[in-house]
Amino acid sequence: MPHRTFFWFFFPSGLAMLLFIGLPIISSFFQSLHIEPEQILMEVEKCDPFGCKTETKVDIEATTKLQEEQPLGRFNGLGTYGDRNHLAFDEIKEAWTNSSSIAEFTDILLNLPFYKALLFTLTFCFAVTPPVVVLGFIVALSVNTITKSLKGPTIFGVILPMIVTPLIGSLVLFWMIDAKGILGSFIQFLFDDPNLSLKSSSQLTWITLIIYGIWHNTPFAFVVFYAALQTVPQDPIEAAIIDGASRYERVRHIVIPHLYPVATFIILICLMDNFRVLEPIIGFAAEGVAQSLSWMIYNDLRSENKMLFGSAGATSMLTIIGVAILLTPVLIRTWREFRTER
Amino acid sequence: MKKLLIALLFTFVSTSAYAGGHSPCGVTDGSIKILANEFTTYRIFMDEVKSCAGPDADFSVTHSVDHNKLQVAALSANPAEFSAKLVTNGSITTLMNDNLIRPLDDLVAKYGSALQDNQKIVIDGKIYAIAFMANAQHLWYRESILNDLGIAVPSTYEEVIAAAEKIKASGKMANPYAGAFKSGWNLGQEFVNMYLGHGGDFFKAGTAEVSVNNAKGVAALNMLKRLTEVSNPDFLTQDTNAVKEEWESGNVALMHIWNSGAASLLDDEGDQAIKADTRLAPSPSVGGGSKPATTLWWDGFGIATNTSDANAEASFRALLGAATSTEMANANPNATIWLIDGYSPGDTAGPVVDAANRGATPYPSLPYMSLLHGALSTELVEFLQGNESAEKALADVEAAYVAKATEQGFL
Repeated sequence: MPHRTFFWFFFPSGLAMLLFIGLPIISSFFQSLHIEPEQILMEVEKCDPFGCKTETKVDIEATTKLQEEQPLGRFNGLGTYGDRNHLAFDEIKEAWTNSSSIAEFTDILLNLPFYKALLFTLTFCFAVTPPVVVLGFIVALSVNTITKSLKGPTIFGVILPMIVTPLIGSLVLFWMIDAKGILGSFIQFLFDDPNLSLKSSSQLTWITLIIYGIWHNTPFAFVVFYAALQTVPQDPIEAAIIDGASRYERVRHIVIPHLYPVATFIILICLMDNFRVLEPIIGFAAEGVAQSLSWMIYNDLRSENKMLFGSAGATSMLTIIGVAILLTPVLIRTWREFRTER
Repeated sequence: MKKLLIALLFTFVSTSAYAGGHSPCGVTDGSIKILANEFTTYRIFMDEVKSCAGPDADFSVTHSVDHNKLQVAALSANPAEFSAKLVTNGSITTLMNDNLIRPLDDLVAKYGSALQDNQKIVIDGKIYAIAFMANAQHLWYRESILNDLGIAVPSTYEEVIAAAEKIKASGKMANPYAGAFKSGWNLGQEFVNMYLGHGGDFFKAGTAEVSVNNAKGVAALNMLKRLTEVSNPDFLTQDTNAVKEEWESGNVALMHIWNSGAASLLDDEGDQAIKADTRLAPSPSVGGGSKPATTLWWDGFGIATNTSDANAEASFRALLGAATSTEMANANPNATIWLIDGYSPGDTAGPVVDAANRGATPYPSLPYMSLLHGALSTELVEFLQGNESAEKALADVEAAYVAKATEQGFL
């Protein structure tokens, strides 16, 4: 395709990306450099059904005036990035000098909200993505071999976990794994432990979330693999059959190499999606033990008080950087393959 | 505070006419959109609001347990997503901080002749909300189970734990105690109760500087830990509604939840044997203190600043109609403690009055309290799971609060 044609072809979607993705990112970045203006407090008399007393309240007039003078808030530079709720430089420095062993240092580090969330996010990413790719491939291979009349309903059944909204899917499972739910009591019966509860320990909750993640993401890998399977050339396969290759050998030496670029694509998308995990944490009421970076942003914007835009902006920026770092190896690899193919 | 509640409970005012004012009901213009918490008493109240608004009104109500998380975003928009919000002494501060609810003096002057004085929430000389009910968390118990085992009704948390352990040992129930320990707002509230019960102060007097990492904080946390040990192992996922379900399934013999829970626990649905066996008791004290470990709450409504005057007036009229409806209050005497003129309290009001008499404090309505509550909501979980010491958990709470309060401009 000539560059000129490509440019005009790409222009509308590029413009939309710039307007709806690029600009918001820039705006979040600016917001993350600012914190709220100082709150001016005053003492007032307050009366309610329990009586009257003098209490502190925000002086709305004075604070509004400050807000109008500085609509973005006070400039804080990278202060928000370095505070305890984000990268926590001071706390890490202190922990490094004061802790006697690496284990103690790790303990302190993983107790800080950002690193705690990062640990869960990365664990989730790397525990979910490989099984999704493998399972998706196996399911696609199996569905590809069944008779035509059964294919439609089977495909529908297989992609159902993806059709179900993540929040609904996780809520349904949340009730099923309850100690009195069908899965929960089955597991208790299986392990012969009436006090076993999937929701009570952090490890079991993490495992539940990871299994849910695999269940939810496999259909995506399946759909892509299934589509790619239709493009596998039949000639080499027939030749291999004539040469006496077993089914396993055909898959190993013909199908897998053909699907390799597709697998890279799936890994890329899965890593990106799973790095932003949020809904299952809410659905499984797992906020206490499993927090992800997206959950931190959500919590900053929906905590009891005013929205913490600066904090949410900073976490968003760090998430974007995280995704970029995560994808770099895969992207470099794709780029190299692309170069050699040319 | 005592006087008002006692006066409320022992004065029986016979009639309440809208003499001298405009009748609030039968709204025809302006739209009414209300955001409210989700529990049975609010449903009863909202039915009355709807009937007061009348068939011609453009009326809608959104019930959500996440109302606190939604309110700032929903009311900051201009025009606001909701014209009115049901508020409590906990949630009103957040709205006041951002000037999201409007003064109601002119509307009260026009329609509010049936209001009692203690329904008016007056801040700095202006009415910002109208209260209609009082609420508090207190103890609930199953009489037959306590009687069978010869246990006296516990009046301290130490006795609650002894009783729960006795029930557990008898084999009647595996997890006899329940409280709303769901990580998030509920868990924060449990700590607030227990810390106030130990006589603690959240902030250094007159400042936004937090101080919970002390002996009282540690004692409060240790007591919570002991309570969770006699609770369902899923306690971190159970909010008030989940606890009520446990109660109605007969899995629990002792619980500490809201007085307004009576509206659904003592209704005609569910297992009537459990209902007949359900008793209410005062909130226990703790650690040798005299104050009950609970907080007093009022529930009321506020009107959005960022809504048109017509919508504000329509919403105010419909809500006021319900907040002065003696018929509704007396038709549902046990749903809560109504602050409405002419209401004769039912037999479930006792524990709340008792809490007020024994010096329970109202939930602190300081502008920075919700930041601390938010920090408590997330930082106590690891302690309750046994992965962290109480001191460490409280130090984390303080550090998380300081980071948030700095960003918000309080420190």
